Amino acid sequence: MNAADRERHSAERAIRVDLQLIADMIEPSSRVLDVGCGDGALLEYLTTFKHVDGRGIELSTTGVNACISRGLSVIQGDADADLKNYPDAAFDYVILSHTLQAMVAPHEVLGHMMRIGRRAIVSFPNFAFWRVRLDFLLGGRMPESDLMPYHWYDTPNIHLCSIKDFVALCGKMGFRVERSLSLDSTGRARRIGAGIFTANLLGEQAVFLLTK
Amino acid sequence: MSQPLPGYRVRLGHETPLRLDCGVELSDFTVAYQTYGRLNAARSNAILICHALTGDQYVAEPHPVTGKEGWWHMMVGPGKVLDTDRYFVVCPNILGGCMGTIGPKEINPATGKPWGLTFPVISIADMVRAQAMLMDHLGIDNLFAVTGGSIGGMQVLEWAALYPARVFAAVPIATAAHHTAQNIAFHEVGRQAIMADPDWHGGDYQAHGARPHRGLAVARMAAHITYLSEKALQEKFGRKLQNRAAVSWGFDADFQVESYLRHQGSTFVDRFDANSYLYITRAADYFDLAERYGGVLAHAFRGTATRFCLMSFTSDWLYPTEENRKIMHALNAVAANVSFAEIVSDNGHDSFLLDEPEFHRVFEGFLDGAAEHRGLPRKSGQ
Repeated sequence: MNAADRERHSAERAIRVDLQLIADMIEPSSRVLDVGCGDGALLEYLTTFKHVDGRGIELSTTGVNACISRGLSVIQGDADADLKNYPDAAFDYVILSHTLQAMVAPHEVLGHMMRIGRRAIVSFPNFAFWRVRLDFLLGGRMPESDLMPYHWYDTPNIHLCSIKDFVALCGKMGFRVERSLSLDSTGRARRIGAGIFTANLLGEQAVFLLTK
Repeated sequence: MSQPLPGYRVRLGHETPLRLDCGVELSDFTVAYQTYGRLNAARSNAILICHALTGDQYVAEPHPVTGKEGWWHMMVGPGKVLDTDRYFVVCPNILGGCMGTIGPKEINPATGKPWGLTFPVISIADMVRAQAMLMDHLGIDNLFAVTGGSIGGMQVLEWAALYPARVFAAVPIATAAHHTAQNIAFHEVGRQAIMADPDWHGGDYQAHGARPHRGLAVARMAAHITYLSEKALQEKFGRKLQNRAAVSWGFDADFQVESYLRHQGSTFVDRFDANSYLYITRAADYFDLAERYGGVLAHAFRGTATRFCLMSFTSDWLYPTEENRKIMHALNAVAANVSFAEIVSDNGHDSFLLDEPEFHRVFEGFLDGAAEHRGLPRKSGQ
């Protein structure tokens, strides 16, 4: 393995499994906006290996400063408030990874993403995952998990949904699902396709690629 | 200031005069500037620093009048954020200033007397056009970066609007795209203080062998309050008394904060010209970048390829985050390449001049990223 391959290998291993799935959906050299980009791990990966023209929006000051310090173009902002300023069709992809459930108005954010970008990529924890259902059914308490590591009173996740809910919203808003994957708790990805009942039960999280 | 000032001077406007926004033309005028570092063979590593209201070209060396360290010495130098081992840094004294560039205290060649109030009223755009003429003179077609804080940041915005093709990266710091009513109000207090001083003589104090020290000092004192946060003032001074155990029941500087402001005022007058203060504050008041573009700020940046990095400070109430965010929104509206960071600091507007590690880290990271895109070599040792 040469140095470049080693670097690539370690970088590929370094990003979260759902981020890797998102990255695989993106065409090289495209224009990408990552909404809720955190410390910029995905943006850096896409810039380095897919040569995208990448931008990010992040709410936390520490995340933003980390991104800019890494040479990424990121603004401190709030998806609920700041997406409306972007012009139509400015990006090839607008990404929202594990952020939809924390939005004040998820449907409006989705609408803006599809207005700003030709495609949108959304990942979120599936609230109908069997273990979440079981926790609530048998334990009678609000579910907590690795993907939702909060108590009911301090969670930023104010709009949790299931895979079925999300598909229904996309249908209502007229967005086409180009690709959809569910990930089980081991991180193994499956196409959702027609098997939505199974995906909604077995998928701990999901990744959707949407077009108009 | 009778000694010749260090640094460079150039006379511009012989061939093509500088046409000011007010309509007057300057056909022979001096710009004083200072440089640090070396221009590379490709002439691609130049950074222009635009100084603020009371700054000057002595960015990273002892000030020739006060002997104090340069106003951005923490930022500019070998291995620093504006690394003079990598970049060629240029800072001109702005139009209307008082450190060698043409301004009201210089001699009007037509009359042989100081300009005083006969000096034409200038704009931020005029300052930038003069700087562009300096860049022409230096043979720098494209600036790697233009940066500055406060009124310096306004110049950065004008550079990006007027000469987008000449600016690869723009870093406007703690600034605004227009002056608010409150900004204008504070400036007006300063100007009235100067003009109320009998030594001002209707602006003609040089002919009277006088200088309106008291008025200028009060202007500086009022302005200085706006540069600090309430919290910083309170923590630094509170109600502490100055070298005394009890109040004097008089109007001496009983409180430390009074003593501090008086000191700020009195040291300022040694190095600054009162009429320059009037002209530069006026230029800032007149600044409204959107106005020239049909009232839509985004139109000022339409089609821009410049990489922007905006920074504001949480405790800055002079040019607060909200004003900087408006610039960000305008840039987003044209899908420009923009970064925006709000830096947490208690040091108010002055934060951009102080040791703020997070600010320096973000600035350096942005410049490194931009340098890579510009094809400039990496920092030595990396």
